[in-house]
Amino acid sequence: MSLPSNNLGEIKPLTYRIVDNKPIVDINEYEALDGYLSVRKAIPAMSPADVQAAVKDANLRGRGGAGFPAGIKWGLIPMGPDAGAKYLVCNADEMEPGTFKDRLLMECLPHQLVEGMIIAAYAIQAKRAYIFLRGEYVLAAKHLNEAIEQANAKGYLGENILGSGWSLDMHVHTGAGRYICGEETALINSLEGRRANPRAKPPFPQIAGLWGRPTIVNNVETLSNLSHVINRGAEWFKGLSQGKSPDGGTKIYGASGKVKNPGLWELPIGTTAREIIYEHAGGMRDGLELKAWLPGGASTDFLTPDHLDLAMDFDTIMKAGSRMGTGLVMVVDHTQSMVSAVRNLEQFFARESCGWCTPCRDGLPWSVKMLLAIERGEGKPEYLDILQQLTRQLGPGKTFCAHAPGAMEPLQSALKYFRSEFEQGIAAPATAAAIA
Amino acid sequence: MIICTDSNRPNVEPYILADEDRAEIEHHIHHYDDARAASIDALKVIQRRHGWVPDGAIQPVADLLGISAPDLEGVATFYSLIFRRPVGRNVIKVCDSIACHLMDFEVVQDAIIKHINVGLGETTADERYTLLPICCLGTCDKAPAIMINDDTHTNLTPEQIPALLEKYV
Ligand SMILES: Cc1cc2nc3c(=O)[nH]c(=O)nc-3n(C[C@H](O)[C@H](O)[C@H](O)COP(=O)(O)O)c2cc1C
Ligand code: SF4
Ligand code: FES
Repeated sequence: MSLPSNNLGEIKPLTYRIVDNKPIVDINEYEALDGYLSVRKAIPAMSPADVQAAVKDANLRGRGGAGFPAGIKWGLIPMGPDAGAKYLVCNADEMEPGTFKDRLLMECLPHQLVEGMIIAAYAIQAKRAYIFLRGEYVLAAKHLNEAIEQANAKGYLGENILGSGWSLDMHVHTGAGRYICGEETALINSLEGRRANPRAKPPFPQIAGLWGRPTIVNNVETLSNLSHVINRGAEWFKGLSQGKSPDGGTKIYGASGKVKNPGLWELPIGTTAREIIYEHAGGMRDGLELKAWLPGGASTDFLTPDHLDLAMDFDTIMKAGSRMGTGLVMVVDHTQSMVSAVRNLEQFFARESCGWCTPCRDGLPWSVKMLLAIERGEGKPEYLDILQQLTRQLGPGKTFCAHAPGAMEPLQSALKYFRSEFEQGIAAPATAAAIA
Repeated sequence: MIICTDSNRPNVEPYILADEDRAEIEHHIHHYDDARAASIDALKVIQRRHGWVPDGAIQPVADLLGISAPDLEGVATFYSLIFRRPVGRNVIKVCDSIACHLMDFEVVQDAIIKHINVGLGETTADERYTLLPICCLGTCDKAPAIMINDDTHTNLTPEQIPALLEKYV
């Protein structure tokens, strides 16, 4: 059961099987491309503890946005014969504006996710696994359901998998809208058939999650990496970043906005934004200059052209005052208004607030109101100070979940780097008096 | 077949839960360790039949899930893609998130509004279209993007809108 040397598979493990965006849904076709090799390798030959150790050694950091190491998260799950029912949940809610990577992984390689989920579920000895998929991903739902059915027929899912005595069933749950469902405790409430308000932490889901039982929530891309970690080992995985970052693995990066060639590319983690925007995405469209960029979604701080040579990894982008987030870059060109961009972002966050806590529920619409006025050139002189205050009052630790602090990231950075654009929207005293 | 009248809401039309719908909801319930987890699946089953979730359906579905009608109503009203009011035969969802904003989705949205002559959140008088905003559709490299029913349309220009909408009767 040795793995043939395959150059592309060694460099771009997540996407090398995808040719011309053609989905591979037939399990025989996937198996012919080394599919489910990791399951046959690990179960039952490796113990759950061995699998956990391999993932911990690989230092696979969560690809859902926060970069928390998967192995450490799993390590918090109670193990042993008395641990009782446990669950694995795949976060496939992908609604972070600007993010379109999980869609590709699920539409084109549904078995890679199912395979990774079998590995993760085995490592924590879960009895059931759910894929929480946003309802709009119709094709992904179809392909995942087909993949699960075929994996059941082959004995990779179901009772007594490969003679190990361990059983797992897997289901796709499709959502019905609301961005907040992506927050892992809101997701658990939603999966239980409740309103998707987040839960207090602690207890963390690893201790009390779905139906109060220990639960691991991981992102699609995180889970899609697991078969490769098992097949080729932790050292190989760490080497995938080619020295560009202390983190291991590849990352699915992307670019959108007015670049010549928007899209997705699997690259060593730590690749620079300059390489992503100017080499892979072909640079800005003719006549346009880069003014600002969001590193990985709506809830990340804007950066400027001065930051283009930073490694796109969790720690480097954090040190620059932003977050890598999902790693899919959005570019703002020199003709676009930062005020309008931030107004659009805050409208999104205001609409998607779950309404549970007051600073977020009331503060976000307030910010929208002021931003709309500034956009029309009718801002009052005090608005900039109030907006600045809101970035603190809705910041980390002030609200029940990370939604509102996420909303403040693009606002605070736009105020920092592009303050003059906001000042231009403050009405001159005479006009202000006329409005009031 | 369950025939149900809701004693708390006498104005609600009695609702007959179709046998296939009931069977499908029961099938979903089997996927979970607690029946109420199938709430969203169940509401979607009802919505597939009528285009929306009629008032009368809440009580019989809640009974099937073992929760109270107000509890299920709370779930139904939370989620933006569960409709508690009638919608048109075709639901147009326009992505208005940031990547589409950076690609000027507003001109596409204006073209839609001009063609069907109703605003966001509204349904045309002939019940042909309902227009709604939606979060990032996860196809930002092909922005601006919209969904009509289950179909995603990308790289849109205002010029394409009339012909595209006319395909949906
Ligand atoms: C408001 C909000 C929305 C989120 N949306 C998503 C999402 O759509 N997909 C996702 O994987 N993680 C999302 N997250 C992060 C999850 O809470 C969680 O950290 C992640 O699923 C963990 O997976 P990972 O460790 O594999 O990255 C969101 C977080 C917040 C606060
Ligand atoms: S911060 Fe916003 S989204 Fe999070 S719990 Fe409070 S109201 Fe809900
Ligand atoms: S922002 Fe419109 S598809 Fe992502």
